[in-house]
Amino acid sequence: MSRKSANSYWKANLKILSILLCIWFIASFGAGILFVDTLDSIRFAGFKLGFWMAQQGSILVFVALILVYIRLMDKLDAQYSDDSAQENEETDR
Amino acid sequence: MSVQIWTYLFVILSFSLYVGIAIWSRASSTKEFYVAGGGVPPLANGMATAADWMSAASFISMAGLISFLGRDGTFYLMGWTGGYVLLALLLAPYLRKFGKFTVPDFIGDRYYSQSARLLAVFCAIVISFVYVCGQMQGAGIVFSRFLEVDIETGVIIGMAIVFFYAVLGGMKGITYTQVAQYCVLIFAFTVPAIFISLMMTGQAIPQIGFGAELTEAFGGGYLLDRLDGMSSELGFPIYTEGHRSTQDVFFITAALMFGTAGLPHVIIRFFTVPNVRDARRSAGYALVFIAILYTTAPAVAAFAKTNLINTVNNAEYTLMPEWFKKWETTQLIAFDDKNGDGKIQYVGDPAVNELEVNRDIMVLANPEIAGLPNWVIALVVAGALAAALSTAAGLLLVISTSVAHDMMKRSFMPTITDRQELLYARLAIFVAVLVAGYFGMYPPAYVAQVVAFAFGLAAASFFPAIVLGIFWKNMNKEGAIAGMVMGFGFTAAYIIYFRFVNPSVDNADHWLFGVSPEGIGTLGTVVNAAVAIVVARLTQAPPRDVIEIVERIRLPGE
Repeated sequence: MSRKSANSYWKANLKILSILLCIWFIASFGAGILFVDTLDSIRFAGFKLGFWMAQQGSILVFVALILVYIRLMDKLDAQYSDDSAQENEETDR
Repeated sequence: MSVQIWTYLFVILSFSLYVGIAIWSRASSTKEFYVAGGGVPPLANGMATAADWMSAASFISMAGLISFLGRDGTFYLMGWTGGYVLLALLLAPYLRKFGKFTVPDFIGDRYYSQSARLLAVFCAIVISFVYVCGQMQGAGIVFSRFLEVDIETGVIIGMAIVFFYAVLGGMKGITYTQVAQYCVLIFAFTVPAIFISLMMTGQAIPQIGFGAELTEAFGGGYLLDRLDGMSSELGFPIYTEGHRSTQDVFFITAALMFGTAGLPHVIIRFFTVPNVRDARRSAGYALVFIAILYTTAPAVAAFAKTNLINTVNNAEYTLMPEWFKKWETTQLIAFDDKNGDGKIQYVGDPAVNELEVNRDIMVLANPEIAGLPNWVIALVVAGALAAALSTAAGLLLVISTSVAHDMMKRSFMPTITDRQELLYARLAIFVAVLVAGYFGMYPPAYVAQVVAFAFGLAAASFFPAIVLGIFWKNMNKEGAIAGMVMGFGFTAAYIIYFRFVNPSVDNADHWLFGVSPEGIGTLGTVVNAAVAIVVARLTQAPPRDVIEIVERIRLPGE
């Protein structure tokens, strides 16, 4: 892989990481700790929302984040393996 | 059949399964011994990681702790799962691509330094030992309560089993045994939870029962409202409200997350899969498998607390069921009839309260309190043992690879053959099992306190060193070593001061920024990273070939 496409792969990778880690922070430290009392004023079934986020919701978000990460990285890897295959063809010619 | 016969049956069956798997998956090379030949499918590796991770603490203690902490107990739930997001996104794929056997391998090669490698070996061994002693102790308690043998005998049986499959199979044996242990432990945790949820709320799924209405027999109304009501009536802290300071909960959660992502026995699991893609996948599977237990635990905590209060408060002492008497003989439940009325007053005010319940027994006693069938109670015992043994085995392997691979082969005796290295690895497990067993039988009084040590240490030593090593090319050996020493030193000093030197001032008034020793690992992580970056800026950049290693692990593919 060329230096240029290696760089843009890494940049795309960092972008995915930072978006997912922001969601990670908001769902856990945000909803479960910092704003838990505010969210507690909303109720559904027998739960207060803040309490539910802290003990259930945040964990479900974590699982979803890793699953999304797996998908996004698979796509990114596939995209760049196509690119490098093309590059190889071009240099062969 | 009695509980004891059922228990013997389940324990013997599950132990024979583990031994059978160990014989089937013997290791013949160092690569098989350390990383199972790097050929474990991601689904199996995810299960093994989950079993490795969920220890006696997750299985036996956590739900009990939450049932007494209420909403504050959240830091265990989020801390011990949220760390996997960091692990999956920031560490696992890159370490797999780096493609060695151990965490000290990475630290030593990335920071081109034998001192950094030995420092990492030291941290890995300390962290793992602290942890493994707790597992042996947990196994001992379970044996002594349910099989009614001495704690010593219980620990010896546990040691013999772990020793057998760890020495024979190394990582390969441990991985496939852990797959079986995961199945046993998750079944054992969820089945009683489903039973109790059905009984109390009519909902089969505990996560839904948690927020559902109680049945008529239990007085109706939402479970959590009822728990809050009972708590305030009896003078306990309100269950769904927070009682610790926000910053303390924040720091403890972060310390547990960073610690999770820095624990060597979890990290090495990602060296066992065939490629980077599978490393990401197996982190995902692992968190799914862990989340099943971790979302069930808070529901179990709420059910158990409600049930306990309903059963014991204002009840005649002489009419207490059999489980109450049995736990009393282990002194984990203590009744003191202060007002002499023959009834149990279980309330928040310590002057009036007559019952002390040890938090660790909640999960084990829960099925008995709820009056579930004997086989369910026995199943919980087998599950608790599976949780303790699977984690102990993973930790022993870290100790063994640290000694045989990182210390012998990579540092002091580079000329030894594969065969000799394997022999040293097996000898190291043998010695580690004996030491861990000794501490399991004669636990130092502070085992519970030093758990904070393991997490704080892992967070403040490994996590920043590995993340900076991957994400910042100019991170050099001077920075990494200075950061690890400072982060480690700061965290260790803080915990030792408040827990051992001067425990009388271990309260929020004296803590730095109101952060308890459990949460100090977060500040240690920040100290480590800050020192590392400053020192790295002031000293020489790493050599060209090291920068090339970092560039290589950032590329897509294998």
